[in-house]
Amino acid sequence: MLKINNLSKVFGQGSQNEKQVLKQINLTLAPGEFAAVIGGNGAGKSTLLNCIAGVHPSDSGSIMLGDYDITNWPEYRRSRLIGRVFQDPLMGTAYAMTIEENLAMALAKGKSRGLQPGISRSDRRNFRDRLAQLELGLENRMSDKVGLLSGGQRQALTLLMATIVRPSLLMLDEHTAALDPLTSRKVLQLTRDLVAAEHLTTLMVTHNMTDALAFGTRTLMMHEGSIILDLQGKERSGMTVETLIASFKKHSGEELVNDRLLLS
Amino acid sequence: MTLLALEGSIELGIIYAIMALGVFLSFRTLNMPDLTVDGSFTLGAACSAMLAVAGHPWLGLIAAMGAGFVAGNVTAWLHTKLKIQPLLAGILVMLALYSVNLRVMGGRANIPLINQTTIFSLLEGNDLAPLIIPVTILILIMVLLFLFLQTRFGLILRATGDNDQMVRAIGGNTDFTITIGLALSNALVALSGAIIAQYQSFTDISMGVGMVVIGLASVIIGEVIFGIRSLLRRLLAVVLGAMVYRLVIALAMEAGMPPTDMKLISAVVVAVALSMPVIRDYLLERKKRWVTRYGGEGGQADAKDK
Repeated sequence: MLKINNLSKVFGQGSQNEKQVLKQINLTLAPGEFAAVIGGNGAGKSTLLNCIAGVHPSDSGSIMLGDYDITNWPEYRRSRLIGRVFQDPLMGTAYAMTIEENLAMALAKGKSRGLQPGISRSDRRNFRDRLAQLELGLENRMSDKVGLLSGGQRQALTLLMATIVRPSLLMLDEHTAALDPLTSRKVLQLTRDLVAAEHLTTLMVTHNMTDALAFGTRTLMMHEGSIILDLQGKERSGMTVETLIASFKKHSGEELVNDRLLLS
Repeated sequence: MTLLALEGSIELGIIYAIMALGVFLSFRTLNMPDLTVDGSFTLGAACSAMLAVAGHPWLGLIAAMGAGFVAGNVTAWLHTKLKIQPLLAGILVMLALYSVNLRVMGGRANIPLINQTTIFSLLEGNDLAPLIIPVTILILIMVLLFLFLQTRFGLILRATGDNDQMVRAIGGNTDFTITIGLALSNALVALSGAIIAQYQSFTDISMGVGMVVIGLASVIIGEVIFGIRSLLRRLLAVVLGAMVYRLVIALAMEAGMPPTDMKLISAVVVAVALSMPVIRDYLLERKKRWVTRYGGEGGQADAKDK
């Protein structure tokens, strides 16, 4: 489904602060594969996602998604194939617009955005059903502005918006990191259910090593712009957080010194 | 205030409300204060005056909207493609329009329309013509705008000002929404200028100066007084804000304020309105301090307020 070839990205090219954030990344995700990406700060996890999404243009390499070569597509065009949820709960929704308006915008993904009515009656029924599945009571607050929702509710809504039109690729960039532990669990649960129900190809960045092993079908570890560890199948199911840390050391030649990664 | 002055300011308020709706589009839905407005208002007036002189007053309104649409496009292009800050892009186009407007006006700084056929000639002999015609146009525009802002395109246009990142993430082209938004905004502003020109039978090269501030004042006054709960209410608030602004100005003139001071008053009104959140926080803070210092009554009053 997703095929990345020799993707590289340099920030601040030619300046003193030049930093190669992605070094010749090669990655292939099969349809329905759910990969969790972990790594320390500055490992290039978010940059990888942003390059795939088109927020940053890549310097070299190619990105194929489904049948399309999206390497040179602008961000908005790629978004027709990609659903995204961000770390910051404020980023995924329009706060001054209502829940149903937000969902309607997401539902129009890939369709022409002309002068058709923004929300039809059947859309509303559809939204009510989908919101009810979140079990957050949002189905009764459809004309409330999103600005009134809590962080967890917004992330759940963003998740729904990202998947309401089935995306070829779902990308989650530490989408539970800004939530309290209980809410974070709920949103992760919801993620798991949605991905499973729709059999979505998913790339999830997380800083939680337990989650990286527990969720999905594959674990990728990044370090200084490269994927240094790619675990799947048996090798993965045998891993614990301890053995993961040990193999990080083996592959990177460094201690894993990142409190955030270890403590979480 | 005399009845005549009241009637005059209501008529003006209605025509300026069209301009304020344009400013609302850029300032509130796109979250971009667009200074092109000062230029496109005069641009509309110039087109309207020239075509009225040539005997086509209604065509003048349409041409004005077209010209405003193009002006907004240029500002949007400078901002989205050449990455010039919105404020600066607006200032550049406003400046350029000064020369363009003089060209449209055939090199003259003003064009009188006395004894010309205007859109108001349609209801010849009806004393209420200066009220009926602008009101009809305003209602038409409000209905169209209200419907437009709820279409699929209207939704992402509104979301662009809220969170442009999110719009791109759901597949919306924000460069395009900004372009159409600014173009429509300036088309409305130019239409307002076009009607004003025929209403006052006069077009002057400097009639657009400070127009953006008047637009902002109308939008903000409307929000403060009438609220922002729903889309319909927001649009109505803009229109009523424009009329309240006109009444305030009329009252100030009535009180003996020289007309030359009007720009100063407009600027002060907008500055105060924009700083309302800060002023409110400051007053709340002071109240809290007063309560902690003296307790008792202040606290009870506070509780009652809630």
